[in-house]
Amino acid sequence: MEIGLNHYLVLSTILFSIGLVGVMRRKNLLMLFFATEILLNSVNIAFAAISHYYGDLTGQMFAFFVIAIAASEVAVGLGLLVVWHKRHNAIDLDLMSTMKG
Amino acid sequence: MFEAIAFYLFAFLTIAMFYITVTTSQALYALTALAAGMIFISAFFFILGADFLGAVQIVVYSGAVMALYAFGMMFFDTTRELKEKNGNKLLVTGLATVAAVLIVVIFAAPIVGDNITALYPMTEGAGNTQEIGIVLFTKYLVPFELAAVMLLVAMVSGIVLAGKKMDLSLTLMSDAEIRDMKKEKKKKVLS
Amino acid sequence: MEILLYTALFSPLVGSLFAALFGASPKTLITGIVTSALLGVSLIASTILLVHVITTGQFVQVELMTWMATGDLYIPFGFIVDQISVTMMMVVTLVSTVVHVYAIGYMDHDKGFNRFFSWLSAFVFSMMILVMSDNFAGLFIGWEGVGLCSWGLIGFWYHKESATWAANEAFIMNRIADLGMLIGIFLVYWNTGTLQYHEAFAVMPDLDNATLTWMGIFLFIGAMGKSAQFPLHTWLADAMEGPTPVSALIHAATMVTAGVYLVVRSNELYTLIPNVGLFIASLGAFVAIFAASMALVNRDIKRVIAYSTLSQLGYMFAAAGLGAYWVALFHLMAHAFFKALLFLGGGNVMHAMNSELDPFKMGGLGKTMKGTMILMTLASVALAGIFPLAGFFSKDLILEVAFVDHHFIIYGVLLLTAGLTAFYSFRIIALIFHGEDRHTSLGFHPHEAYKFMLIAMTPLLILAIIAGSFKSTYFEYVTMLLPGTEYHVHSAATYWIMTIGTQLFVILSIAFAYKKYMCKDIKVPDGTSAMENSFKYKLLINQYYIPHFYNEYLVKSYRALSTIFWKQVDQKIIDASVDGIANIFYKTGKNTRTMQSGNLSTMLKWMVAGTVVLLSLAVVFGLAVRHSDEIKTILSGLGV
Repeated sequence: MEIGLNHYLVLSTILFSIGLVGVMRRKNLLMLFFATEILLNSVNIAFAAISHYYGDLTGQMFAFFVIAIAASEVAVGLGLLVVWHKRHNAIDLDLMSTMKG
Repeated sequence: MFEAIAFYLFAFLTIAMFYITVTTSQALYALTALAAGMIFISAFFFILGADFLGAVQIVVYSGAVMALYAFGMMFFDTTRELKEKNGNKLLVTGLATVAAVLIVVIFAAPIVGDNITALYPMTEGAGNTQEIGIVLFTKYLVPFELAAVMLLVAMVSGIVLAGKKMDLSLTLMSDAEIRDMKKEKKKKVLS
Repeated sequence: MEILLYTALFSPLVGSLFAALFGASPKTLITGIVTSALLGVSLIASTILLVHVITTGQFVQVELMTWMATGDLYIPFGFIVDQISVTMMMVVTLVSTVVHVYAIGYMDHDKGFNRFFSWLSAFVFSMMILVMSDNFAGLFIGWEGVGLCSWGLIGFWYHKESATWAANEAFIMNRIADLGMLIGIFLVYWNTGTLQYHEAFAVMPDLDNATLTWMGIFLFIGAMGKSAQFPLHTWLADAMEGPTPVSALIHAATMVTAGVYLVVRSNELYTLIPNVGLFIASLGAFVAIFAASMALVNRDIKRVIAYSTLSQLGYMFAAAGLGAYWVALFHLMAHAFFKALLFLGGGNVMHAMNSELDPFKMGGLGKTMKGTMILMTLASVALAGIFPLAGFFSKDLILEVAFVDHHFIIYGVLLLTAGLTAFYSFRIIALIFHGEDRHTSLGFHPHEAYKFMLIAMTPLLILAIIAGSFKSTYFEYVTMLLPGTEYHVHSAATYWIMTIGTQLFVILSIAFAYKKYMCKDIKVPDGTSAMENSFKYKLLINQYYIPHFYNEYLVKSYRALSTIFWKQVDQKIIDASVDGIANIFYKTGKNTRTMQSGNLSTMLKWMVAGTVVLLSLAVVFGLAVRHSDEIKTILSGLGV
């Protein structure tokens, strides 16, 4: 029972859809951030797997940059979240409707 | 055989952890499950021979990011239940599933797969970390520096955003309020 | 010489633009003075050119710039001053200068004073282009330019429904004729490969007769519209809605003679096709008597003069059609002087009578308006063709031409028309200036026009009197370009019988007119007398029912057709499709507006939905590219 690239890709896709469900379902902003992390990680798995099975380092490189981006995203996102919480004392997604035209 | 067992075990664990993260109503549970999931993902990296990536995964995610979340959560009232009213569960899961299936189709069908050729083949005999170092500091030097700058900017912005008085919005304040605020500031400086 | 040419051509334009600057502001006397002065400059330049052309016998030709140059087509903005065009230039600039000065007084109290002068000078500029151009394209520009200015001036009092209607009628009728003219020009270009007059005419003798005939016919259709020949004549009488100076300048002296000018200019073409020439002459003779008969009974002095113009245009076409181009041009010139004079005098009367135009309501005006009476009487004498005034020389010459060429029917018709002309001219003179005072009881208190208006009219008077004496000089120089056939009745006895007979006939007509309309029992007609109820009178006063016919059968059916198109095609197809497209956008917007609820969660859901759509597109296109060959075979199998 050899584990091939497709196994990894399927796994990655499953994780990605779990992340998508999280993004769509959760109303808690913090949970939304968690779901985003899941999405990023699922893609990382796909990158690493492709890198491995094709013998190419580019996939891993991309995974690194994805991690870097995820880290900065968390830093900025959490900062904003703290500000929002200070002002509204809530992190409910439904409250953020100032974008309405 | 060992590889297969490891793959399925960790796959199960990761999916389970992430599932908990997405579905639980307790933020603390979610955080813990997410941290566990991240560590399990690093296992895949080790299986795939990307040792350095696995290490980075543990350090950055489980260490830095999760710690950041943990600190962040101290600000929030995490014990309070958020009312998660969901209109259409079917729609959400349906959309996610369709997206997943489509991605699988794209990768599994030999549309993309046939077109991939190795740009930077792995060097035989060199360790993973060594190889990455070579590629990162030759071919990806500029993106690497950019990423460094980005991280710096993110760090500064994180500090500024969480800093004092950032909850006040000058645009939402009236002129009189702004004047008062400036006066107070002056007074403080004078005294 | 070139600079003089440009001065003559462009000073009216400068005047027009200057007046247009003040177009929207209330009356500023300066516009009138400046435009008149610039026209005076143009007149002086034209006079010098005339002297130059007469003394040297050469013509001045310039090319301002290239207008069109594509492939074999080369049309420059070229201008020529030769014997024909310099005659026209003199007529145009002289009459328009007089009319401009006159109009300063006539339009004194009008709100659109500046606008009027802008249009009037623009007209003169267009007319100058028309007569000075050395090719058919330039002629056509001027042709359309005068049409436009005529539209603007007929409809000058645009708040009057009748004025706008008349303006549109004139414009539309001219458009119909212009189409013919345009086809004629295309034919000329198609067959000769050039639009320059001399080049085109040089090639024409080699073309076959049928082509030339078509060219001649189509060009003449254009001339018919501009010169208001039957059946496109109705607009001229209605054009009298415009201010009187406009009628004098445009609808008597210059624009309406453009058709004659075109035929004269194309004399080399019409010489080759005598059949068309005969048709033109016959039509001219018909129009002469046709218009004169309508003038007999009309109760509107301006319309009477307009019909008289129409009649005289018929004379010109008769002469031109018979090949006596120089005679036509000579009559054109002489006619311009006395007819403009007549119109301006009519304007004085109209001004005095607060725009009342019915001569039956006047009578005895000669006491208060002596100057105008003298001017109009002399102009009418000239029009009637009494020796030694201008009309005698030019009009009798046309009669002689018809006689010498053995076209006795045309001769007879024209002779009869001469009598009618004398009758209707003196009918209105008698009704306006002589007889019982009928106006005071109707509440009119007439007054003489400004002195300077009368003085401005005197050059026209002098020319109307002495123009005939230029005949031999004129003949000498103009026949350098035009066929110089002299028309002499062979036996002296016949000549004297003809001339004296004509004179007697005309004088008798005048006497009859005076006798009939100076008696004491003339009353304002009220539709009860036996004469007014006779068939003849009704036929004539209703202009042979031609406007009625046009209205009933052409305008109404066209309107019905337009209504059908409007209701069925425009509203149901074009409007509906445009509205439909707009509605689609509108409804899409309305329905998708709910998407933008501002709720982040909803937006995220939409984002995922969008991702799914993009992914499926990626799959579809990826498969399509991969299996393009199979798809092609399937499609070809389906017959696509």
